Amino acid sequence: MAGFNFKLIKNPLSKENPITVQVLGICSSLAVTAKLQPAVVMAISVTVVVAFSNLIISYLRNTIPPRIRIIVQLVIVSLLVILVDQVLKAFVYDVSKQLSVFVGLIITNCIVMGRLEAFAMSNKPFDSFLDGIGNGLGYAVILITLGVIRELFGSGSLWGYQIIPDSFYEMGYQNNSLMIMPPMALILVGIIIWVHRARNKDLCEK
Amino acid sequence: MKWVRNLLDNMKPNFQKGGKFPWLHSTFDAFETFAFVPKTTTTSGAHFRDALDMKRTMTMVILALMPALLFGTYNIGFQHFHSINPELSFFEGFWDNLWYGVIKILPIIVVSYVVGLSIEFGFAQWRKHDVNEGFLVTGMLIPMVMPPDVPLWQVALATAFAVVIGKEVFGGTGMNFLNPALLARAFLFFAFPSSMSGDNVWIAEKADAFSGATPLAEMMVGGNLPSTSFWDMFLGIMPGSIGETSSIAILLGAAFLIITGIGSWRITLSVFIGGALMGLTFNFFGSNPYTQIPFYYHYVMGGFMFGAVFMATDPVTAAQTNRGKWIYGILIGAMAVLIRVVNPAYPEGMMLAILLLNVFAPLIDYYVVDANIRKRVKRWKIKGGQNV
Repeated sequence: MAGFNFKLIKNPLSKENPITVQVLGICSSLAVTAKLQPAVVMAISVTVVVAFSNLIISYLRNTIPPRIRIIVQLVIVSLLVILVDQVLKAFVYDVSKQLSVFVGLIITNCIVMGRLEAFAMSNKPFDSFLDGIGNGLGYAVILITLGVIRELFGSGSLWGYQIIPDSFYEMGYQNNSLMIMPPMALILVGIIIWVHRARNKDLCEK
Repeated sequence: MKWVRNLLDNMKPNFQKGGKFPWLHSTFDAFETFAFVPKTTTTSGAHFRDALDMKRTMTMVILALMPALLFGTYNIGFQHFHSINPELSFFEGFWDNLWYGVIKILPIIVVSYVVGLSIEFGFAQWRKHDVNEGFLVTGMLIPMVMPPDVPLWQVALATAFAVVIGKEVFGGTGMNFLNPALLARAFLFFAFPSSMSGDNVWIAEKADAFSGATPLAEMMVGGNLPSTSFWDMFLGIMPGSIGETSSIAILLGAAFLIITGIGSWRITLSVFIGGALMGLTFNFFGSNPYTQIPFYYHYVMGGFMFGAVFMATDPVTAAQTNRGKWIYGILIGAMAVLIRVVNPAYPEGMMLAILLLNVFAPLIDYYVVDANIRKRVKRWKIKGGQNV
């Protein structure tokens, strides 16, 4: 087995971030980040699915006929998604209800298919597993950032606990209801991409 | 004016290369060109030179806004005292009304300009650009589309949002595809609905017993003609956003803009035509009372007139081709009336209609140009298709 390749985990966190650089998985990042808790659960679910589907596909990569590889990948991903869905329903039923259809839609999350095609099909199992973890964490970083900002300014709380004190509200502060709507999440993702590129000039397209 | 020139000339070396504050060059440049038409000319190609540069144009628009602003200021005060004493006639207590309005509106204008200009100057320094002129008008438009009781920190937040997200991200003045002032209002409308909609925000410090419903809200709820008469609404004696109430003051501004050639009469006229077309369509086919009101009521209620004259005509965000302007304007008018009458969530459709069509303006232009090209190719083929 190859050595522990730390770059596979580090790169997707910033320079190859699935959301801000590759612009994948935008749909779910807009839909589930209105509150912090669903965002964290979603991030963990996607990380698990990406990591294990990468691992399994990488083991099978030499036996999958190229013409039907997408179907094989989908079968494995959907198997994992069903597992995740059942686990969520068993242990965190409330969050599972909030996430509703978006757990099932992990199957169509571009990050999963993208990593399978781009990495797992041509790399060794352990490396693929690390790549899956790395990309899942890269997705998680953005989701949690969005979740914190949106819940803090949209509902004045974090993880369901009120953060902004009552005295602020008495002074005339109001929650920003635009933060709870998906358009603001898109704008926030845009701002994150802007800041990210301003700090890493090599990411800018010519 | 000589002393201004001397003052600027004395200060100039400090801001040039080798001076004390070379990094403040663009700030200095902004003030210098605001006071005097710059001497610099382009070095290549043939260019027209017009005394009416960007800063002069913006100043003209500010002048055109003045009647509506002054009326709005007075109306804030009048509406406030009227809500306390419904017997009050319009000119009773003139100075009290005016003074109250000034006290209310000045902080909003100051906040809007200070926040917006500091962001503009900051970005100009950071990007080593010249300071854009666009905010001169935007900074005046933002207070005029706010309700009089809006909290100042919300104005600041909305202005910052509009300038950064609406303009600077895309490259500053001239690059924005949405009207920044309307974006600020839309931001507040969705972010803090309690201070931008409902019956309690349109009259400053309204007396509790008095219903503060705008004519639009009355229409929305009851579907009957508003209790304010048509002429009162035309003159602007009704609650509403600061600058939008008086149709006659806005029309004065419109005349000024059109005579000086700054505002496009095609857009303004076509917005009215679009509103009339949609209003008449509702008159024919509508079933509930709201659809039956005469179309000219839509002109004087809410922000229709203000939007048609000052917002839709923004040269950056409107369509550029002449035919495109007609399509753009008619669609704005039609959409505004459509949203007002059909969608119960949004009593005022003008803001959303203009923002929507702002997004579509480039597409409209694209097809207008495309159609023209195809027409000329066809003509060329009929004539024989040889080299022309």
